[in-house]
Amino acid sequence: MLVFGFWTTKICNTRNCFNKIVLIALFSLTFHCNGFASIVCPDLKKILTKFDSPSRWFMLGKKCKVPAGARERLKEAIAISEAMSEHAQKQAARYDLLLPEDAGFLEGDEDEDTNTISQADIADAVDITSGSKYFNLHLSQFGPYRLDYSRTGRNLLVGGKKGHVACIDWQTKDLKCEMNVMETVNDVKWLHTEAMFAVAQKRWLYIYDSKGVELHCVKKFNDVLRMQFLPYHFLLATASATGFLQYLDVSIGKEVAAICTKMGRLDVMAQNPHNAVIHLGHPNGTVSLWSPNQKESLVKMLCHRGAVRSLAVDKTGTYMVTSGLDRKLKVYDIRAFKPLHSCFLPAGASCLSLSQRGLLSAATGEIVQVYQNVLGSNPVSKPYMAHRLRGQIWGLAYCPFEDVLGIGHGEGFTSMIVPGAGEPNFDALDTNPYRSHKQRQEWEVKALLEKVQPELIGLDPGQLSKVDQASFEQRHKEQIEALGFDPLAKDKFKPRTKKKGRSSAGAIEKRKRKVAHEDQRDEIRQSVQERTEREKELKEKSNEKKLGNKSTLDRFRK
Amino acid sequence: MQNENLVQISFFNQLMLVHPRKKQNERSEASVQVSEYFVNAEGTGDKVNLSDLLGTVEKTSGASNKTKKQLRNLQSSKETLELPLNKQQTEKIQRGIAYEKTTAEVSCWKNIILQNQKAEQMVFPLNQESSGPKRVEQVVAGWKVQTPLEQEIFRLLHGSRQPVNDPVLTPVEEQSLKAMSLEEAKIRRAELQKARALQSYYEAKAKREKKIKSKKYHKVQNKAKRKDFLKQFDEMVKTNPEGALEELKKMELSRMEERMSLKHQNSGKWAKSKAIMAKYDDSARKAMQEQLQMNKDLTQKMVVPSDDEHESIEEGLETVPDFVNDPETVIDPVNPWMRGQLTHEEPEVSCVTAEEVQTAEEENEEEEIIGEFERKRKLRQADEEDLIPTEEERKKTQEEDEDEEEDVSEFNTLFRLMRSEKTREGSNQTRGGLNTAGEEDEEGLLSEGQIRVRSIEDLEVLDEVVEPRAIEEPSAPQTAAAEATSEPPHKKKREINLKEVLTKEAKAVRLPFLPTVVDEEERDEQISIIKEAFAGDDVISDFIKDKSRQEAAGRPAVVDLTLPGWGEWGGVGLKPPRWKRKRFRIKTAPPPPRQDQKLPDVIISEKRTASVASHQVSQLPFPFQNTAQFESSIRTPIGSTWNTQTVVKNMTKPKVVTKLGAIIEPMVKEDFIKSKTTAAGGKGAAIMLGENRRAKEGTKRTKILALTELPTA
Repeated sequence: MLVFGFWTTKICNTRNCFNKIVLIALFSLTFHCNGFASIVCPDLKKILTKFDSPSRWFMLGKKCKVPAGARERLKEAIAISEAMSEHAQKQAARYDLLLPEDAGFLEGDEDEDTNTISQADIADAVDITSGSKYFNLHLSQFGPYRLDYSRTGRNLLVGGKKGHVACIDWQTKDLKCEMNVMETVNDVKWLHTEAMFAVAQKRWLYIYDSKGVELHCVKKFNDVLRMQFLPYHFLLATASATGFLQYLDVSIGKEVAAICTKMGRLDVMAQNPHNAVIHLGHPNGTVSLWSPNQKESLVKMLCHRGAVRSLAVDKTGTYMVTSGLDRKLKVYDIRAFKPLHSCFLPAGASCLSLSQRGLLSAATGEIVQVYQNVLGSNPVSKPYMAHRLRGQIWGLAYCPFEDVLGIGHGEGFTSMIVPGAGEPNFDALDTNPYRSHKQRQEWEVKALLEKVQPELIGLDPGQLSKVDQASFEQRHKEQIEALGFDPLAKDKFKPRTKKKGRSSAGAIEKRKRKVAHEDQRDEIRQSVQERTEREKELKEKSNEKKLGNKSTLDRFRK
Repeated sequence: MQNENLVQISFFNQLMLVHPRKKQNERSEASVQVSEYFVNAEGTGDKVNLSDLLGTVEKTSGASNKTKKQLRNLQSSKETLELPLNKQQTEKIQRGIAYEKTTAEVSCWKNIILQNQKAEQMVFPLNQESSGPKRVEQVVAGWKVQTPLEQEIFRLLHGSRQPVNDPVLTPVEEQSLKAMSLEEAKIRRAELQKARALQSYYEAKAKREKKIKSKKYHKVQNKAKRKDFLKQFDEMVKTNPEGALEELKKMELSRMEERMSLKHQNSGKWAKSKAIMAKYDDSARKAMQEQLQMNKDLTQKMVVPSDDEHESIEEGLETVPDFVNDPETVIDPVNPWMRGQLTHEEPEVSCVTAEEVQTAEEENEEEEIIGEFERKRKLRQADEEDLIPTEEERKKTQEEDEDEEEDVSEFNTLFRLMRSEKTREGSNQTRGGLNTAGEEDEEGLLSEGQIRVRSIEDLEVLDEVVEPRAIEEPSAPQTAAAEATSEPPHKKKREINLKEVLTKEAKAVRLPFLPTVVDEEERDEQISIIKEAFAGDDVISDFIKDKSRQEAAGRPAVVDLTLPGWGEWGGVGLKPPRWKRKRFRIKTAPPPPRQDQKLPDVIISEKRTASVASHQVSQLPFPFQNTAQFESSIRTPIGSTWNTQTVVKNMTKPKVVTKLGAIIEPMVKEDFIKSKTTAAGGKGAAIMLGENRRAKEGTKRTKILALTELPTA
């Protein structure tokens, strides 16, 4: 057995996968690294020239060719923009050097399946700090647990069905708060920071702070079963037992949208981190995609013959994994809405979760299985890892930037080591597991300033950078719909009231008739004129044709 | 009445006297200041005729006949002068000329305006002083010598002609500090292009020539080259001694190479065959001689006509025997420290070499070559005797090299030969038992020091001598390993109920986990079971119905304009006739194909998302001709989330930068004209003209701020 993993990451850089695959780098870091490179690596230039032709990874869109007969100004504009984008790509490619950490992995000996390696063995093989990441919390009293890791991966929130809610700094095992809400807890979710979390309780949605103080009771959100938090939009999306999908803007505390899905009880929910679209699974085997801007589903796809049990969408927004009551596990390409492959799990998967690096974990009965290379064309053959637990599994979540899978089950919570699950390089400006209090505050302000408006949520996140090619009529119609009246409508002719009996009903009617259909008359007049002109032309042409039998020398005649 | 009239006239006259119409003044005397009011306008009404003037001309004798004649002709001619153009026309012409002038004046601004419009960033005020280091003169210019001390220093400095005014930066450097202008760049580029083209021509030529296979051609070429080179070298020695030295070094290098290689040494196959033939064939002998000559020529040392010191040094170098640089042969195989005995045996060696030389001289000149060969062969054989067979080849080449060198090197080899013989004798002697007991002891000690355990046999041999400690060491890990196998390492407890859970799990895990995923084909039975289970709710047909409903909703409805009862019987339950339906039901054009047309299990909403539309660009901005161009131009994000810091700064730099508190003067013609003229290079006159004009204009500045069209931020 060979285990490798668990970096002590200090350098802070990663691909940010929201909206576009791009690179971010810290200024101070680059400075440091450049200095370092100049000392240690004299032929850094050689390495860097490798990136001079930017690889496909960093390409942003297609290059535009200058048309042959283009204006000078157009040529210049295109040339400037192309040069700029190329420069940006090159720089980004160069900064790829600053992603030094590698992902972990687990390799068995010859004739040894990695899925037979027990967690205890792994915990023994790795170093002490990493080994301590495998632990069990025996909480058998308050029923199956739901869980959520904060975006930085430092804090863990667990919520037992029977009302037990606790948040823990799971690495130091420092209990931040623990309480019993004395009500059924359906789901728990961290909000944008570790300071706040939402709990979907039996009737309403509650928001607590990290010390367990109740901040809000949002009574507009009732019977919530599942929640998803969209971090860049500051939206908390909730799916309720009554079939409502609601969006709460946590930055201003307003309900952004409430959509009646008319699909019955909604207890399967996932978000697409690429475009912030919410995926809902339904009892009739369909998966529907929703944005807050549309009252009907963006896409509805039939995935299973039975009800959909669980859903997961990968970080890049390319793949969706579903499992249904028909005990099938299906992988979809959600850019094309086509199934890639499906496989049959004898026990069926009740919970699914995808890690940052694309490991799929599925809860089949009491066993958690982890699959490798699911996202792709090659079908699944056997699990990469497996772990047996006691009691029904209720929640599965990978810890970001760690090789850890959190499992909430009937007997409590288990933290399982899954080498190669987490992204080794993180973007410190986006999510920094090591951030200080001050850094967190700074990040919060910046994140609020850069909040993405909910109107921009749609299937294509790049929609904003496209030209709206709708016709004028269509836009006008939309405007009328939005305003409730036609801003371009002409006022109706209202005849003046005249004295001396000239404003009698008949007179008014006469006057009205004078200007009635004025626009139409104009149009008719114009069309008639055009027609006469056309006829004239035709006549002339026919005349010419009639005179057509001329001698060849007539062409010289004037 | 008459009287009255007279009175009136006299009164009028009086009035006229009092208020005369024109004050008739006469110039009485010449004065310095002539008032313009005193100019007479006498005889204004009269016309001056040409005849009046001519009359006097006729009378004057001084006037020539020719002019008189001309004047007469003029008088006789009746043509009148043309009328001057009317006002409108003259003004028009004047305007035209003025327009041309101003366009010429203004059009020189055209380029700079365009340039500024295109510029990515404008920094105002223009022509700021560069922040770099200044020349000393610039700094010193405004400074005057005041104190006596300073005066004294200056006197001293000037007395000794110190380069006080030497600039910190040379003009070239200063120029390079400023950006290279367009023209300059163009000129430079052209030059570079030319150079490159020439180089490529040259390369092509060289390639062509290299491809020629004719040996004769190359021989001729090489010979010509050599001759040329020698000529050049002779000249070079006189004119360019440094270059000559370099050439000399090159020659030296070629000599070294020649000495290293076996070329021209008559050691190849060809040479051997020729050597056999040489006795009978003149031409073969000649060829061989040529080869040897070549070798000699190449290996000959260049005699440098230089100082005596150099020569002496070189001589000193020559005297050092070659074997100094050769790898030392270990004389005493046991003791590597015993070296450097050679110096004692030098005299013997020298006599041997002398003999050798004598033998060499004795040989006839006719059989020079053959003799040489034989000698070499002898040497080689002698050398081979004391060589290890594996290293034979390498050594041979070495020795061959040495043979072919000058006499000194030959001496050296012989020297070595002798030396090896001597040492062998010496060792024999030691073996013979001449050495004393003390020496033996020493050797024994030394040999003991040298022994190293290399194999198990060695170990066995050493068993009795070496202490048992050494054996214990390898055994220790063995025992450790045995322990490891017998007892598994104690595991750390990290869990609350570790032992219980783990032991149970370890057994349970391996069985159920293995084949969890099964192919669809293998599980037909299960599928059938599931089908039975879900027989009630037909999910697929429901979905298809839903989809067809959606499609139907998307299709545009047919507009029905039939009026029942027109031209036929009306009433309940009557269908409009066919012709009516055909005529009055208007079908609209079908919508574009649905996105999910080819995806049977997917319904994609065709509704337009109007929410984003309000944020989108709806009209193409100016220079772009289609949406693809515009979209590609904005495809790169600007924000720091997606870019490196430098790129963000570069992308978001402001169009106009102004210095706080600085006065932004309007652009002056000289600002850009100067740069232009300097860029053109060698147009001093133009600069002078410009400057002169500027001097004439003085403070008059053409303010064309409006023309520059400063780009608004």
